[in-house]
Amino acid sequence: MQRMACSFPDEVLEHVFSFVQCDNDRNAISTVCKSWYKIERWSRRRVFVGNCYAISPGMVIRRFPELRSIELKGKPHFADFNLVPDGWGGYVAPWISAMAAAYPWLEEIRLKRMVITDENLELIAKSFKNFKVLVLSSCEGFSTEGLAAVAANCRNLRELDLRESEVEDLSGHWLSHFPDDYTSLVSLNIACLGCEVSFSALERLVGRCPNLRTLRLNRAVPLDKLANLLRRAPQLVELGTGAYSSELRPDVFSNLSGAFSGCKELKSLSGFWDVVPGYLPAVYPICCRLTTLNLSYATIQSPDLIKLVGQCQNLQRLWVLDYIEDAGLDAVAASCKGLRELRVFPSDPFGPEPNVLLTEQGLVSVSEGCPKLQSVLYFCRQMSNAALMTIARNRPNMTRFRLCIIEPGTPDYLTLQPLDVGFGAIVEHCKDLQRLSLSGLLTDRVFEYIGTYAKKLEMLSVAFAGESDLGLHHVLSGCENLRKLEIRDCPFGDKALLANAAKLETMRSLWMSSCSVTFGACKLLGQKMPRLNVEVIDERGPPDSRPERCPIEKLYIYRTVAGPRFDMPGFVWTIDEDSAMRLS
Amino acid sequence: MQPDTTSESPGSDVTSTVFKDTELTLGLPGEARFSGGKTCSKRGFIETSMDLNLGDSSSSSHTRGKILAGQDFSSESLVSGAGKPSAAKRQEVVGWPPVRSLRKRALEGCKYVKVAVDGAPYLRKVDLEIYNSYQELLRALEQLFMTCFAIHGNYVGEGERKVMDPMKEMEYVPTYEDKDGDWMLVGDVPWKMFIESCKRIRLMKSSEAVGTLAPRTHPRSCTYNEVAADQQLKAR
Repeated sequence: MQRMACSFPDEVLEHVFSFVQCDNDRNAISTVCKSWYKIERWSRRRVFVGNCYAISPGMVIRRFPELRSIELKGKPHFADFNLVPDGWGGYVAPWISAMAAAYPWLEEIRLKRMVITDENLELIAKSFKNFKVLVLSSCEGFSTEGLAAVAANCRNLRELDLRESEVEDLSGHWLSHFPDDYTSLVSLNIACLGCEVSFSALERLVGRCPNLRTLRLNRAVPLDKLANLLRRAPQLVELGTGAYSSELRPDVFSNLSGAFSGCKELKSLSGFWDVVPGYLPAVYPICCRLTTLNLSYATIQSPDLIKLVGQCQNLQRLWVLDYIEDAGLDAVAASCKGLRELRVFPSDPFGPEPNVLLTEQGLVSVSEGCPKLQSVLYFCRQMSNAALMTIARNRPNMTRFRLCIIEPGTPDYLTLQPLDVGFGAIVEHCKDLQRLSLSGLLTDRVFEYIGTYAKKLEMLSVAFAGESDLGLHHVLSGCENLRKLEIRDCPFGDKALLANAAKLETMRSLWMSSCSVTFGACKLLGQKMPRLNVEVIDERGPPDSRPERCPIEKLYIYRTVAGPRFDMPGFVWTIDEDSAMRLS
Repeated sequence: MQPDTTSESPGSDVTSTVFKDTELTLGLPGEARFSGGKTCSKRGFIETSMDLNLGDSSSSSHTRGKILAGQDFSSESLVSGAGKPSAAKRQEVVGWPPVRSLRKRALEGCKYVKVAVDGAPYLRKVDLEIYNSYQELLRALEQLFMTCFAIHGNYVGEGERKVMDPMKEMEYVPTYEDKDGDWMLVGDVPWKMFIESCKRIRLMKSSEAVGTLAPRTHPRSCTYNEVAADQQLKAR
């Protein structure tokens, strides 16, 4: 084998490797022998770093000198729900500085849950002459000034996607910074921006970019401007409307309807803030082509939703509010036979009483009627083991199942039992399950099921569940493919954690908040496991000012080859090998 | 009645000191739903404490996450002036249900503002829309910052003008920045007006507050909730 490998010139091997794009496969290639490692590292163009603190920019640059594309993730997932205090970290600055020097030909930066400043954006705009793709997913720390710098300087920009980021809106004029001779825009997503962008600049931009395929507007773009935009970009494949409301006027309606009809390639729709139902029929002509429909901001009632969804026979992905109700989901089950992904969001998550007729029945219907359904996110207020078992048997092809029963600790509403066996059925029948979120009343038994059956599970989210350390132990010892585990408000403590310390090095990260982990255990873990960063997040002051047995607030453990980080704020404590308690 | 002038008392259980005697003013979030609710009657059902271990007098931080039976919760609902429990909005447990801020804001017309506390290294965000009065907001801010200090509240009581009680223990004064960029004392304007105009909140050290705030709109500062004050005093 060794002889064979050496008999090909490097260029030939490199050419062969260029057909292998998947990260895991390229990683495997690099482990075959030294020469393959060398060739592979010089030819790798794209890298994904799932935790920006798992490795340092310098290490990435040293190994892969010719990258064109990088993807980085920062804060833990629970940051989405305000569980990670401001200032925790996830700063992209050191990466941008290092890459500005090392990768003048970098083309793509994709970030998720990271902090990026206007200075960082300016550095990107200045440093990378062939910069093409900027995706900022759930990021924060920047303003429209930074966007102006990107618009003004990135002559080859194809994609600017601000997916759900928090942007400080200083002015809508940033869009006008795209030069008049700039025509290469392919994808623009500004749905998260609060401010009005200069509309005439937007129209001109859309009009002069013939390759524009994705346009996601923000709420501030009024409905009566939409038709004009669509007529300038009939080649659009993905559209996010702005506010979908206007005084009902036949001329506006027919203009809009005509504009939609002209978009023969449109496959994905989103936006729909402030919907006036009378304008929904304007999209009917294109419904049969839609594969993705995001109505999760559309506060319209079930009958209107049914009329709309009933026409979308080719729908693969549906995001909707619980206004759809069970009746609407019955309609989905009947009409959308190709559905792969369903997300139902709560319209009134903090109301004490249900405000809509959405129960477990809706989900059961869809599981029965949609044979390709594999990804579910479902918020509801009642569930039963029977329903879960039915869903599991109907859909053994399920790969992502996230159920959120709004009230913590809610039992099976029919039997008042915990929902252990229901979720147990899910993990038992759905053998390829990769992601699972639990809710409702759950004992240690559910974790026993998970540890026993969920062998392909990669990510597990747990809240207000379990009875003892045994629960956590089942998961850590049984789930062979577990990469991410996030837990809140569960009675899990030190024992399971310490007994499964080695497991933690095989995972990307573990989050535990409002559990019963003590500082003593954290110190022990930190000392014994040099390749883990054990971060204690506690806003009550230094952990050693409280008894060692006092549970800490939050714990974030992740594997790393970069050692402890140096950008921790005052409320994060970490312990390293020399058993000194490290303060930032 | 010992004024607690240190915001971080070393060693002692900060959490329980603050909340031990505050059954009336600081009930558990969402407590209203337990009155007569199905979970109250079942022993052994898992009921983990929400966010902070409130209302349980035997609690030290050890009970965090432990099983609590329904009866452990005080049956008194929040003193919030919000009538029937079913009408009261569910007090928000941090991060639950897991709905992202962007979505919450879009749907509920949420009014998220940043809250800073002088001397604390972190900011919090609160959604003003979920509170119905200054009382509720100030209580929530106390909970959020989990320290022993008391927040000086001067605010317009729901139509009633109560006698103002000068409190010597007050350390922090709640202030806010309004739409015009002026820093005002929380409580100066009617609640609804406050929600609309408040851009962010700062809990300012009393010593600094003097002379730095914009003049009051109401000539008479009024009301301090005597019940809340008493409870806080007892906790010292």
